[in-house]
Amino acid sequence: MTVFIRTLISGLNLGSIYALIALGYSMVYGIARMLNFAHGDIIMVGAYSGIVAVMSIGLPPIVGILLGVIVCALLGITIERLAYKPLRQAPSLSILITAIGVSYLLQNLALIIFGPEQKAYPMFSGVKSFQILGAKIDGITILTLAVTACIMIGLNLFINKTKIGKAMRAVSEDKGAAELMGISTDRTITVTFAIGSALAAIASAFYGATYVYILPTTGSMPGIKAFTAAVFGGIGSIPGAMLGGIVLGLIEQFAKQYISTLWSNAIVFGVLIIVLLVKPTGLMGKTIQEKV
Amino acid sequence: MANKVKLVPGKSPNLFTERDAGKMPVLECIHLGIDFGGLHAVQDFDVAIGPTEITGLIGPNGAGKTTIFNLLTKVYEATSGTVLLNGIDLKGMTTPQVCKMGIGRTFQNIRLFNNMSVLDNVKAAMNHTIDYGFATGILRLPKYAREEKLGTEKAMELLSIFDMQDEAGDRAGSLPYGEQRRLEIVRALATEPKLLLLDEPAAGMNPAETTELMENIRKIRDRFEIAIFLIEHDMNLVMNVCEGICVLNFGQIIAKGTPEQIQNNPEVIEAYLGKKKEN
Repeated sequence: MTVFIRTLISGLNLGSIYALIALGYSMVYGIARMLNFAHGDIIMVGAYSGIVAVMSIGLPPIVGILLGVIVCALLGITIERLAYKPLRQAPSLSILITAIGVSYLLQNLALIIFGPEQKAYPMFSGVKSFQILGAKIDGITILTLAVTACIMIGLNLFINKTKIGKAMRAVSEDKGAAELMGISTDRTITVTFAIGSALAAIASAFYGATYVYILPTTGSMPGIKAFTAAVFGGIGSIPGAMLGGIVLGLIEQFAKQYISTLWSNAIVFGVLIIVLLVKPTGLMGKTIQEKV
Repeated sequence: MANKVKLVPGKSPNLFTERDAGKMPVLECIHLGIDFGGLHAVQDFDVAIGPTEITGLIGPNGAGKTTIFNLLTKVYEATSGTVLLNGIDLKGMTTPQVCKMGIGRTFQNIRLFNNMSVLDNVKAAMNHTIDYGFATGILRLPKYAREEKLGTEKAMELLSIFDMQDEAGDRAGSLPYGEQRRLEIVRALATEPKLLLLDEPAAGMNPAETTELMENIRKIRDRFEIAIFLIEHDMNLVMNVCEGICVLNFGQIIAKGTPEQIQNNPEVIEAYLGKKKEN
């Protein structure tokens, strides 16, 4: 029973991280209709920003995390402006290749600046542990779950109740009609990249706290998993990304605990394939209408 | 501003009512044209519309009517000519900018935000009139609540003018066809236009719905005091509602005049109405 609860909690923890990253993939896809494969590397940038802020400049961890959020939001906006905006009218394959290029650019820049050796992520070292139903739970896990829940509620309110959120929904439904109603798609896409990247930075703090060490390639695996989560939940759907992330995290941790550590990734992607075979649009995906 | 003209009934193109005499036209197109490759889709389109005039744009299928709407709203960039909105040249403006300048429109095939509520469709069109920034929205400062409340009130008022206040919470995509058409007009009005473009507003409507639409078009003009420019195939509607009519064939204006003048124009009868009567 304690093992089960511990696995459940760690699955939720991992799932929260995936969900936060998956939101970025899904929102960008829903609004700009592109797969931003550089999104995973934003996590790495967020983590390194935190490390620099705390270790080199000596700022308190919470400030380091907020700095990472700002750096990542600005980086997301910059990448969109420089790399993707000029390709707005280009075929989606060109944009996809560009995104992969940006991903390698970020990884290699990090390699040049920070070197190939892993760096310890210093943030939440002093947080206490708790006992829940006999299982020892890290304080950081509780923090991850609580913050993620708040972010999800906040994001839902933002999307549904503010004019910027309405603009985002309008653009994702019909870009042309939205423009004719006075909504600027460029501005909406900028906001989307900023929010997505800021969420990735928050995810990076939790990821760093859970996995302790950061490498220039740290972003790629959680990036791919989160992308899988976004597709799993139905890409373009915000609740889908949240659900997809959580479910994926749970599957991964339970597979690791009860089946095999080696097989866990194969099981995660196997479940994805089965879900897509049964429901090609993902768990909460809408039927995609292709315009002719 | 050099092209500023004063409207004179009977002399200015498309002005047939005393009401707007001496005023500046809300819309003025001068030699407007667009080529698609070698095809002259629209050529030398010259029209001036008074600030409270209802003008019809008719013509056979493929004549270039929707293309003109797309030129006015910058979906296409004109290859030649000028568009003036209240005397301001729209050259180089983007679609959202033109909307903010005061051109609202509906679509031939309904393009509502189907998965959003009726109220949210209207409020989405008020994006530039609801005034608060990104940070205010995230932090939910008092200004956010005040502006959103004001926006909701305005949207509900617009909806109630068209008897749709009870459907405010419904999903737009779930409305019956006639109401979707009406919501499109409400949504376009929410952008606070000075010129409302209606692209085949009666398409697919039954005679009762069309009669109601005709009343609504007059109501919009009287209540909001704006100009309406409409494309329509329903001749009953065009002849009854429009004060001036502009007939387009193969991208060129072949006639302009009052409904009576258009009905008796031999060229129009040959190109358009004649064909229609044979059916």
